Amino acid sequence: MHLAYPAVLSVLLFCTGLYGVLARRNAILVLMSVELMLNAVNLNLVAFDVWLSRAAEERLHSGQALTLFTIAIAAAEIGIGLAIVLAVHRNRGTSDIDKLRDTAEGHEPDGPDTDTPATGTAAEKAEATA
Amino acid sequence: MTTTTLAVLVPLLPFLGAVAGLLLSRTAPGFVRPLAVLPTTAALVLAVLVAARQGGGGAVDAVTELTPTGSVPVELALHIDGFAALVAVLVGTVATCVQLYSTGYLRDDPRYASYAALVSLFTSAMFLVVYSGDLMVLLVGWEVMGICSYFLVGHYWETPEARAASLKAFLVTKLGDVPFLIGLLALATEAGSFRITEILGAVASGSLDHPTLIALLLLAGVAGKSAQFPLHTWLPDAMAGPTPVSALIHAATMVAAGVYFVARLLPLFEASRAAMVVLAVMAAVTMAGSALAALAQDDIKRVLAYSTIGQLGYMTGALATGDRGAAVFHLLSHGAFKALLFLAAGVIIHAAGTNSLAAMSRMRNLRDRVPDAYWTMTVALLALAAIPPFSGFFSKESVLGAAEHVATGHTEHAPGAAGWTVLVAGLVTALLTAAYATRLWLLAFRGRGAEAPDHGRQPLVMNAVLWVLAIPSLALGGLAFRLLPDWFDGHDLTPTLTTSVLGTGVALVGGIVTYAAWRHTTALAARTPLGAVAAHPEGDAALVEAEAIASHRPAYGDLASAPDPSDPGRLLLGPVHRHAAAGFHLDAVYTALFVRPVRAGASLVRFLDREVVDTYVRAAGALPRLLGSAVRRAQTGNVQTYVSALLAGTVVLAVAAVLVATGA
Repeated sequence: MHLAYPAVLSVLLFCTGLYGVLARRNAILVLMSVELMLNAVNLNLVAFDVWLSRAAEERLHSGQALTLFTIAIAAAEIGIGLAIVLAVHRNRGTSDIDKLRDTAEGHEPDGPDTDTPATGTAAEKAEATA
Repeated sequence: MTTTTLAVLVPLLPFLGAVAGLLLSRTAPGFVRPLAVLPTTAALVLAVLVAARQGGGGAVDAVTELTPTGSVPVELALHIDGFAALVAVLVGTVATCVQLYSTGYLRDDPRYASYAALVSLFTSAMFLVVYSGDLMVLLVGWEVMGICSYFLVGHYWETPEARAASLKAFLVTKLGDVPFLIGLLALATEAGSFRITEILGAVASGSLDHPTLIALLLLAGVAGKSAQFPLHTWLPDAMAGPTPVSALIHAATMVAAGVYFVARLLPLFEASRAAMVVLAVMAAVTMAGSALAALAQDDIKRVLAYSTIGQLGYMTGALATGDRGAAVFHLLSHGAFKALLFLAAGVIIHAAGTNSLAAMSRMRNLRDRVPDAYWTMTVALLALAAIPPFSGFFSKESVLGAAEHVATGHTEHAPGAAGWTVLVAGLVTALLTAAYATRLWLLAFRGRGAEAPDHGRQPLVMNAVLWVLAIPSLALGGLAFRLLPDWFDGHDLTPTLTTSVLGTGVALVGGIVTYAAWRHTTALAARTPLGAVAAHPEGDAALVEAEAIASHRPAYGDLASAPDPSDPGRLLLGPVHRHAAAGFHLDAVYTALFVRPVRAGASLVRFLDREVVDTYVRAAGALPRLLGSAVRRAQTGNVQTYVSALLAGTVVLAVAAVLVATGA
């Protein structure tokens, strides 16, 4: 198989992931997009490893080894990430990252969520999942 | 020991005494008094020995070079001629007397140890100036005296007068010392040496290119040190120091240094007629002006201070007529009687509890309280007024005789104009000197009114010193005027008939007129009650004096004069009195000329610093803060925005890298 096919697929996957990271508002979807990007990289690693080993320049298969690392780290990352999202959702009633602006300049120490009524949470959740 | 060794020990002993006194003052207070008195006394004995060995013969020269300097060599050199030997004896005598007197005068002073050490250092510096044969080494002693006078005049630094006076003394003398240093360097460059003998050789061979410039630069330093017009203003204010210090500064050390320096280098000054005329005019203005000012002062020590300035004027006048023998003769006799006058004034201030003549003139029987001071001061005042046969008569007549000699055109080394200037001013000053001496004596000892306070006997050591100094005041002139020419240049110092009759005549006239004026005004004294005896009656003399100085301005509204209509000086001077009391407003002139411009410059610098420089500094802080608050706006808290910016930056960098790699 020509190297172009996996490379183009990898670019498509990466761009999808990048779009998701930049455009989605739900934190879980953002995490999923990150996974897409990681997998695009994994695909690239495997494809180029095969290509290089066929060109007899590299026989250690370090690309595949690195892929295993990435998968493991991605698993850990998604575990921690989902746990954080869950905690934030429990704490604030939302996982909409547009609303999580505690680090903004001039932000009050107390988040706006403390006085957010619980009734608004459902609507926001619906909006966030959209 | 050789004469050289003895002469080296003379400045060294008081110096070591000063160092030891300072080091031991805390650990062994019992040694402070011996360490103050003994080295100075030993130095006096050695100075007498050096003088006896030198004996007025050829000069003793010794020189050693410590290290090559690369250009004009600086050498540790001794040059002891008759002038140096005799002036050193005078310095030793006065310094020993002052140290002895101080043990009584500053008996209970908490800072006596540092005071005595500084007096020793002062003495040592003056010995160095007197014996040094190298002008750079002389300058070291010269400057050490400057800093010592600063510390000693400011001894009562708790009072604002003393602080101001010490600063003024230091600054005014330094004002003269800067041209002095430049003059010394110019002189050494042209003569190729700092050695006095070689400089005089260069002068004699006429190899100096700019004698007038050098002489005038040196004269500025001399005017500052010897308190000549226009740099004399520090001396009356220096009265804020303790009386023994005044005696030391005025009689033998600080102010004598300038006159002595000119006497040593007189051929250099004679090489320039302009310098001699300037010297004569300076002397004349100083003499006449200071005598007028002395007649108007109320503080007994300020009267004596102005009289010192006037007598120094006589010495510079003698130098201007090219007769350094007469100048140093007057320096010697003046040193004796002026030290006596100041030390006796210290006793009187202690006894009367005030330094104001107006207050003393309202005390009865002050002379019975201090009989020793009364008699010795009478002797010293007669010497000051140049009444024969006291020592001042002979030395002053030698000055006037030299001036007359030049004025009548018997000499070619000094301009006749200088002779006339000095002669006329000298006669006028003789009249005024007798007048203020009489006024001082009458006001201090012939007072009427309340009984003088009784503070008990003065310490024995203080009275003994007065009698010791009374001997040279009485007899030095008469005994010495025949012997001194052998020690000096060989000029005859015998009084001439014309000037003797003239000088004594005007002195008598001055005394009698003042007496008449006093008889006239003294009736008024009872009508205007005046007088503030502010001091502690039981305190030691130094404490009494400090309090008297500090209370003069609150009591009379002025440091120099008192509103006393019974003062004969007020009657004699008439409308001039107001100006004379203020020293002819020279301080005001200095304020306008120097103090205000310096203050204005300081406020300008302050403005530039606060408003201009600080603006840049503040801007350097404010600009980043402004930028920071602009950049802070990008901090929206939205993570996606950050990532977008990161992506955009990465893309830009990647494109740039590709472009660079492809060489586009």
